[in-house]
Amino acid sequence: MSNLTATPPAKTAVAPQTAKKHREIKAFNSLAHIALVFWALVTAGPLLWVLLASFKSNTEIFLGEPFALPSSFSLDTYFSAWDQAHIGRYFLNSVFVVLFSTAGTMLFGSMAAYVLARYRFFGNRILYYLFVSGLAFPTFMALGPLYYILRNMGLLNSYIGLILVYIAYSLPFTVFFLAAFFKTLPHEIDEAATVDGASHTRKFFQIMMPMAKSGLVSITIFNIVGQWNQYLLPLVIMQGQGAEEKWVLTQGIANISTQAGYHAEWSTLFAALTLSIIPMIIVYAVFQRQIQAGLTAGAVK
Amino acid sequence: MRHGKYPFIIGFLAVPVALYATFVVAAYIQTFQLSMTSWSGFGAIKFVGADNFVKLWNDELFWKSLRHNGYLLLLLPIVTIALALVFAFLLNVGGGSKGGVTRGVWGSKFYRVIFFFPQLMALAIVAVIFGRVFASDKSGMLNGLFPDSWSPWLFLADERWALTCILVVLVWQAVGFYVVLFSAGMGSIGEEIYEAAALDGASRITLFFKITLPLLWNTIQTGWVYLGIAAFDAFALINIMTVDRGGPDGATSVLAMMIYRNTFEYSQVGYASALGVVLFFLTLTFAALTLRVTRRDAV
Repeated sequence: MSNLTATPPAKTAVAPQTAKKHREIKAFNSLAHIALVFWALVTAGPLLWVLLASFKSNTEIFLGEPFALPSSFSLDTYFSAWDQAHIGRYFLNSVFVVLFSTAGTMLFGSMAAYVLARYRFFGNRILYYLFVSGLAFPTFMALGPLYYILRNMGLLNSYIGLILVYIAYSLPFTVFFLAAFFKTLPHEIDEAATVDGASHTRKFFQIMMPMAKSGLVSITIFNIVGQWNQYLLPLVIMQGQGAEEKWVLTQGIANISTQAGYHAEWSTLFAALTLSIIPMIIVYAVFQRQIQAGLTAGAVK
Repeated sequence: MRHGKYPFIIGFLAVPVALYATFVVAAYIQTFQLSMTSWSGFGAIKFVGADNFVKLWNDELFWKSLRHNGYLLLLLPIVTIALALVFAFLLNVGGGSKGGVTRGVWGSKFYRVIFFFPQLMALAIVAVIFGRVFASDKSGMLNGLFPDSWSPWLFLADERWALTCILVVLVWQAVGFYVVLFSAGMGSIGEEIYEAAALDGASRITLFFKITLPLLWNTIQTGWVYLGIAAFDAFALINIMTVDRGGPDGATSVLAMMIYRNTFEYSQVGYASALGVVLFFLTLTFAALTLRVTRRDAV
């Protein structure tokens, strides 16, 4: 918390005197930089440490020099993380699940949001509030019932079950956000298309969807990140016989962490962690602006 | 002209409503129903009235968990928002003005990119990393950094500090997000307001408290609700990082952990549902209270 103090001493209001002002700005700026560099180190430090440790032997890890360079840069730990610890499989499972679940969320979410935002019919408000009220319920309060619903439908421990549940639990926010977005789109174009004889479905796919592109991009990113990072739902759904084959990345990493404790294979754990972080860094480096916009979209409203 | 409106509406709503009703609405309704039963997950469902809630009232672990949630609920928003506000302010107006334009400090874009990254990582992966950062021997990052003469800190294995470790990780992950969020808010505050104040001789501290803070109030309020809801969760961290998942000796137990264990480990689905119901009302009360207490007239 030392960085909280990195603000300049209070000054009384005096007429600006250039020399004094300059000194003040300089002092403030260096304090500001110290605080900012400190937090940048706090943020990046643990990640850098994970990277370094992934090349170290157990002896080196226990040496007590966390940021010392490893004695050699062999990729063996990475091969064993990919193969024996199955990081590769977990990773591909996550990709597979999120590909379908986000696509499904966007398709069904925008369909529902569009109809609820732009058509008047009996029950419209009730359905809208039913969706939005989902935002107020914590996901884990209904874990038990969710598990038994899936078991009764035979969907436990299946990708289909997981994908459908991801979609269902992503709908409240998606519908809430996109309905607000569809409402702002102009009605003139809509009417013109109707006059030209476009069907409702065609209007949605060929006119409304392209117009709502910026909102759709934000919310797609939001859903990809949210579903990629999901841990609780797969933990509940992907259990039972042979479930390990189908685990997603978050579950896999958590399990490798437990295993590493038993077998003292720490470098494999660190290699596994690095492998799961690097793709995120690459994606983030490329889409940095869109990702920030997408994730903060929810809070700005 | 509105030809075929209803078939279209029904066609578009059928799948999303069916999915939502099956997996979300039904699950929540059943939670309320099951909270009045002693169901174990198998066999007949027996109605027991308010028994679960009486049992809960007398359950020491419940009160302990509730206190832990309360601790996170109080400190997570305060610490995160305070840090994020300071950093966002330094990034945006810290540089002072040159040629009449207020600028952020040098490299502010770079800082923002770094700060934000943890938000992108899964809480589960963050938990695994920090489980090692806080390791209680020399292999831990922090104990490794400490001088050799110190005896290793126990961190997560210490009853007194385990929950604080969890708080630190939550703050670590959240700060960057709010820096970006508050930065966006500060960016929309007009330059001329700052200039006018600067002309009047206001110091940066005055600028912060008299201009930035009041104009950002709505954003801060939203952030408070989000962080509060995150404080009710923390399941991934507790489940992965802590000793005995909620230990040592219940020192990091939270309601989410209790719900999970009662459902899947102790076969007490009825009891877990009662906990879920309590959690639901707590979340709702918190959101309503925050919005009410912090409400201010629009500036």
